[in-house]
Amino acid sequence: MNEDEALSREARSVWLAHPEGLHARPAIQLTKLAKQFQAHVWVGVSEDGPWTNAKSIARVLAMKTPTQTKLYFTAEGDDAPNAVDALVQLVRSDFKSVSDDGK
Amino acid sequence: MTGSSRKTATLRLNGTPVSAGLARGALVVLEERAHTRRDRGSPQQEAALLERALNDARNDLADLMARTEDADAEAILAFQVAMLEDEVVTAPAFSAIERGASAEEGWRQSMEIQIKEYHEAEDLYFRARAADMRDMRDRVLRRVTGTAAAAVPAGSIIVATDLPPSRFLEIDWDGGGAALLEGSPNSHVSMLARARGVPMIVGMESAPLDGHGEAILDAENGMLVLSPDRAATVEFTTRQQAAELARAEEARHLALPAVTASGERVQVLMNVADGSELEKIDPQHCDGIGLVRTELLLRTQDDLADEEKQYNTYRRIMEWAGGKPVTIRTLDAGGDKPIPGYTVDGEANPFLGVRGVRLSLLHPEVLTTQLRALARAAAHGPLKVMVPMVTGPRELDHVRSLLEATVSNLRHARIPCAMPALGIMVEVPAVAVTIDLFDAEFYSIGSNDLIQYVTACSRDSGRLSALQDPLQPAVLRLIHKVVDHATKHGIDVSLCGDMASDVRCVPALLDVGLRCLSVAPAALGRVKGSIARYKTAVTGGQARETRSA
Repeated sequence: MNEDEALSREARSVWLAHPEGLHARPAIQLTKLAKQFQAHVWVGVSEDGPWTNAKSIARVLAMKTPTQTKLYFTAEGDDAPNAVDALVQLVRSDFKSVSDDGK
Repeated sequence: MTGSSRKTATLRLNGTPVSAGLARGALVVLEERAHTRRDRGSPQQEAALLERALNDARNDLADLMARTEDADAEAILAFQVAMLEDEVVTAPAFSAIERGASAEEGWRQSMEIQIKEYHEAEDLYFRARAADMRDMRDRVLRRVTGTAAAAVPAGSIIVATDLPPSRFLEIDWDGGGAALLEGSPNSHVSMLARARGVPMIVGMESAPLDGHGEAILDAENGMLVLSPDRAATVEFTTRQQAAELARAEEARHLALPAVTASGERVQVLMNVADGSELEKIDPQHCDGIGLVRTELLLRTQDDLADEEKQYNTYRRIMEWAGGKPVTIRTLDAGGDKPIPGYTVDGEANPFLGVRGVRLSLLHPEVLTTQLRALARAAAHGPLKVMVPMVTGPRELDHVRSLLEATVSNLRHARIPCAMPALGIMVEVPAVAVTIDLFDAEFYSIGSNDLIQYVTACSRDSGRLSALQDPLQPAVLRLIHKVVDHATKHGIDVSLCGDMASDVRCVPALLDVGLRCLSVAPAALGRVKGSIARYKTAVTGGQARETRSA
């Protein structure tokens, strides 16, 4: 699947295949990773937003994203490209890699 | 007791008994009184207090996580830690504190809003998260107030500011009891305590409880005895033995039909909250069910629209009664019993507002669903449908025409049903005064609300309890008038308020001619015993009233 085509400089999409959707466990990993960056990081389910603060577990959960959804990430700040890379990588690996490939 | 620790002096605290009984056990303070009584700090101090509590709660959870080997438990704990680290979750509490709330008020209120959002979600997964949110809320609150984790061993003597009914139901009360600093005799938790025979006092004096480990709760005289000395322990044991004898006497009466010392048969019915209490009760111990409070069964809008669920619940109650009469009250929401999205919010005086049948007639579709379920249940036995908060005859006429239309529709659809008897709850003084104007098949006197409306005393106010004495003449005269009218015209009349379960009131009710009482399940034996000791007053109904006037 050609999931990570670039939408703009910092917004990219990735296919969410985790069977639970973006529920507690994956959402915790996602927000933890997002918090490692200085940049503001947002997640959405459409390229036009609405955008959700990817550092807030409460907000990310409230999206109630089911499995088989295309997720979009965008960021703003010094390390924005790295942040988006890392998050896309996390989702693509089906949340198995909370590795340091985002550094 | 032990040589190493200094013995704490006995301390006696007074309160109002709301559910009689004696209990002795380990003291458990559920909420530090500081929770509401401590001096509020500056917003900066309150914010620092909450910040500390959040940190402590996160550390507690991290400790728990380190100790657990169960992946699911770990995930639940990780979720709570992540939520507590999220500013989106915590910021509203800090904003509330900035506006003047205490740390616990700010936290509790902001969590309530978020819990509600989860609780109302359609997605089952999200709804389940509400339980996690409550867990977090309470963990942080315990940290704010410095209270130990609230695992309550069975049979404890619990001291709390107040107890939400749901919390009450979670606790194993076997042999224990509760003393509340707030609360009132008519709060729901007091009713639950009476229904389940859990000794309870409310409005208790406050005092520091540090150092006290054991307590005796005397919910006969309204007293909590902390660190009881030898004399208090001996007295407790003696009285407990006497109470056991009395219980044995009650148990003997429980299985027998109620008959006065003069040989008159009195019907003793039972009040039912949500039907779950029926499992433990032998139908032979009562003459039927005098009140089913359907607002305790129907808590959400989904329940209100679910005819099948209602029908099954009502049918099960009919089957339990096995041919004895069952009176089911139509939805009595409003007042202190809100249903989100159904009751009217923000009324200045909800007890005098849109509640009971007033509310039902604003939602004819909801009432019709309930009437359909009731008419179908009526096919399973003698069912009586009681309409609450009726003020004028037209309200009853309105409900009757809806009921008739409902039964006719069911018959057309060939759905098994029967026309239940339709009667009214007599609780608005206007009805008691003009009882002859109502074309009802039976009357059930709701003494709790009748007393509150006749004496102009709010049920919630513990301070007005002297004015609300059920034995004062105004209330008794109204009851007498209703019973007289009913007796003359051969209309069934019963009384289903707390008065009927109060052995102090039973002789007065028999004096005014009442021969049918509907009581709390825990009071069945006691009330039957009181009836068995009763001799018909020679001078008729006015006797006791004159004495108490």
